[in-house]
Amino acid sequence: MSILGTRVVRTEDPVFLTRGATYTDDLTDERLTGALHLTLVRSPVAHATIASIDTSEALAAPGVVAVVTGADLDIDPALLFPGANKAMTRPFLASERVRFVGEPVAAVLSEELYQGEDAADLVDVDYDPLPVVIDPLASANDETLLFPEAGTNTAAAYNHDEEPDAGFFDGCEVVVTRDLVNQRLAAAPLETRAASAFWEGDRVTLYISNQNAQGGRDEIAGWLGLDKDKVHVILPDVGGGFGAKIGSDPEFGLVAWLSRRQGRPVRWNESRSENMTGMVQGRAQRQTVTIGGTREGKVTHYRLDVVQDAGAYPRLGTFLPMFTRMMAPGTYDIENVDSRARVVVTNTTSIAAYRGAGRPEATAAIERAMDLFAAEIGKDPAEVRKLNVVSPDKFPFTTKGGVEYDSGEYAKAIDLALSESGYAELRAEQKARRERGDVRQMGIGVSSYVEITGGGAFAEDASVEVHADGSVTVLTGTSPHGQGHATAWAMLASEHLGIGLDKITVKHGDTDLIPSGGGTMGSRSLQTGGIAVHQAAGELVDLAKQRAADLLEASVDDLEVDTDNASITVRGVPGSKSVTFADLAAAEQLKVDTTWDGKKPTFPFGAHVCVVEVDTESGKVTVEKIIAVDDAGPILNPLLCEGQRHGGIAQGIAQALLEEVVYDEEGQPLTGTFADYGIPSAAELPSFDLVEMTTPTPINPMGYKGIGEAGTIGSTPATQSAVIDALSHLGIRHIDMPLTPLRVWEAINAASEASS
Amino acid sequence: MKVQISVNGEDTSADVEPRLLLAHYLREQVGLKATNIGCDTTSCGACTVLLDGEAVKSCTLLAVQAEGQSVTTMEGLEGASDGTPTHPVTAAFHAEHGLQCGFCTPGMVMSAVSLISHDDDLDERKVREGLEGNLCRCTGYHNIVRAVLVAAGKDPDAEQKAEAESDALRTAPGFSRGESAEEAQA
Repeated sequence: MSILGTRVVRTEDPVFLTRGATYTDDLTDERLTGALHLTLVRSPVAHATIASIDTSEALAAPGVVAVVTGADLDIDPALLFPGANKAMTRPFLASERVRFVGEPVAAVLSEELYQGEDAADLVDVDYDPLPVVIDPLASANDETLLFPEAGTNTAAAYNHDEEPDAGFFDGCEVVVTRDLVNQRLAAAPLETRAASAFWEGDRVTLYISNQNAQGGRDEIAGWLGLDKDKVHVILPDVGGGFGAKIGSDPEFGLVAWLSRRQGRPVRWNESRSENMTGMVQGRAQRQTVTIGGTREGKVTHYRLDVVQDAGAYPRLGTFLPMFTRMMAPGTYDIENVDSRARVVVTNTTSIAAYRGAGRPEATAAIERAMDLFAAEIGKDPAEVRKLNVVSPDKFPFTTKGGVEYDSGEYAKAIDLALSESGYAELRAEQKARRERGDVRQMGIGVSSYVEITGGGAFAEDASVEVHADGSVTVLTGTSPHGQGHATAWAMLASEHLGIGLDKITVKHGDTDLIPSGGGTMGSRSLQTGGIAVHQAAGELVDLAKQRAADLLEASVDDLEVDTDNASITVRGVPGSKSVTFADLAAAEQLKVDTTWDGKKPTFPFGAHVCVVEVDTESGKVTVEKIIAVDDAGPILNPLLCEGQRHGGIAQGIAQALLEEVVYDEEGQPLTGTFADYGIPSAAELPSFDLVEMTTPTPINPMGYKGIGEAGTIGSTPATQSAVIDALSHLGIRHIDMPLTPLRVWEAINAASEASS
Repeated sequence: MKVQISVNGEDTSADVEPRLLLAHYLREQVGLKATNIGCDTTSCGACTVLLDGEAVKSCTLLAVQAEGQSVTTMEGLEGASDGTPTHPVTAAFHAEHGLQCGFCTPGMVMSAVSLISHDDDLDERKVREGLEGNLCRCTGYHNIVRAVLVAAGKDPDAEQKAEAESDALRTAPGFSRGESAEEAQA
């Protein structure tokens, strides 16, 4: 029986559930013995020039070995995203100007951790305040420049050269437009950022908490002016990433540099308060949607304008609008689509990827637009969606967003979600509550989504080796941080070889062992790294058959794998001679290195229905149900796949209802701790209702698509729509996220004032 | 200051600064690294351990406050010493896929151990309310709740069905009622 598609429990877990995983701060590598602790002094102001930094008192404090400022550095400020305005570089320690609260200005190295925290308070920095710009729309006016030498706050622009065509919507019977906020979020992995470094001669070894060792190596080597082979990056266990651990952080480069300067190992593990300003954040788009079509409900025109907040120093946030524009039309077959985007800097924490990274923003926009359109023509939002989705006979379908959707059955997904939810009964219950004038009103939100996975790097390497003792080592360039690749990739190898999971070790995240790899991001891993392992194991079987042919005196074509015995045997000849993979490995190394290149991304899709109750007196929202149809093709391990969907759905609901990074006008973060930033607990969420649907992709031999971000992409608009739907009888058409009790209560109050 | 604390049944002692957090004592002085620190504000619960059998957040307790008492971390649970999660809670987390990145897990497991020891008739709502002090960013809690129900001897499918059909108010996001569902109904 095939192991593929079965609910295999994780091989990672026995260690995680007994002595615990080994994160960067847990390392006991003896080469880190005697490491100095790094404590960073961070700017308490959002925008200022630095008049002076006095480190003398800190330097004299107990246990302090060094206090380093920007003046001591010999590494140049770095451009953290290649496509951004070249003047918008970030220093490793700010010495002239700070541009956001939390920007590092000095580094304290101490023998013990608490000594460093004490001494950091003694570094005296004199700031001369500058005007602060927090609002990206205000930033676009270029009145206050963050980088005067750039002459603009615009870091990048897409399709922004010409004025939009004023006649674009001519001929539409109905046109609706709306400004939307896709608010700034903190990824908030439970493990904050961490790094440890030591040098051996002219070569540095860096342990970092990250999603891609190889990319991190390349960036750090570039910053320090080293050849790549002089930088060895190792990722220990990583306590969550959600996109915010893509790309190397400048702090990692600083840790390596400080270790070389001091001639001692250095360890750094930031606090949560540091993390909430220092680690990249996500989303942060201002959008304007305009949608047009017929009174009957056919959408013919859609326009999306995006202003992307990049934060103070442009990073991957500069790229997000590319994905947003690409996925702008969503699941819909819209004849005319127009989009543009502008990326601006503000005096805030840098923006980069957060679960979905540009695609949730696209889906939120088009789904809100669909609801607004449906409300305008007085039709059921689910019906309007079904009327406009791409029909199954049109695949592969080239969208007006400029991408080719591989496979999809969008209307079927909507129907599945609706029927599982008992949509008609829900609408009847909603009607009854409205007629009764219940305090607790019900809302139903429907979302239809398609996203792009493996959208960046389509290729991945893998290596599979069987050893003489019958054990197997799999090397992968993907980089799990909770996803369970050790289990999943072992299943793929086991399927070919018939060797048990207990004998298969999956290794990742070590640039000496695995020099090339794209890491884990963008839901790419299974369709790239997983397929590469599948291919490598298949090629290893071919190699084994070639070697076994002589031994077994049979033609290669007549050989097959006896998966019960992990051996090669002659097909159809019971009791024939056989040779095990282990025996073949004992005679000669039995190893395959391969590269899989799918050459294209895949497009998972689905539909979510969210049911909420809204207390109209308090504005309090309760999620009663969420039904998720997420179709990512065939499922390798349902247990792991469901886990990804659960986590994604929770983060999606959290954006809709709860989470937002907030700054005051001076650029002070008001959500700088977990006491202020609203990550949901178990008490605020229901269990989730998952519905299966399987539409393979033709892009790879297994039909696999990505699943890591789907839950987030589908659940956010469904939840937001549900809350607004609960209040639609009051005349409410839109409320920006997060739909906190205050915001909902204010909307209800404004609506009742308007009607009275 | 000299402290003596029994950790997972073994006597430990050290001369520590009065301000040393219990979490750092466990990690740095005793060398038990399972207990993680995820925030500065007693919000996330990753550092949860048992102190004389009661769940506490070890980042919010000084080592000296644990003087003469007994601490249990995940490393002290049944099966932990030989790397096999055979304790009912760890076994259920394994079987139900109640963990992903693993960072919240040691604290979540210890909270669950405490929760189960205080209530022999848990249901989904009580588990969700009972784990309110422990944040997980990966699982959406779905499988954690299932795992705790299994460890408490319940059928998770039946409990989830019962909860879905109940009309119990869930604590609204950003709007904690500061009381348990039971109290609210009473």
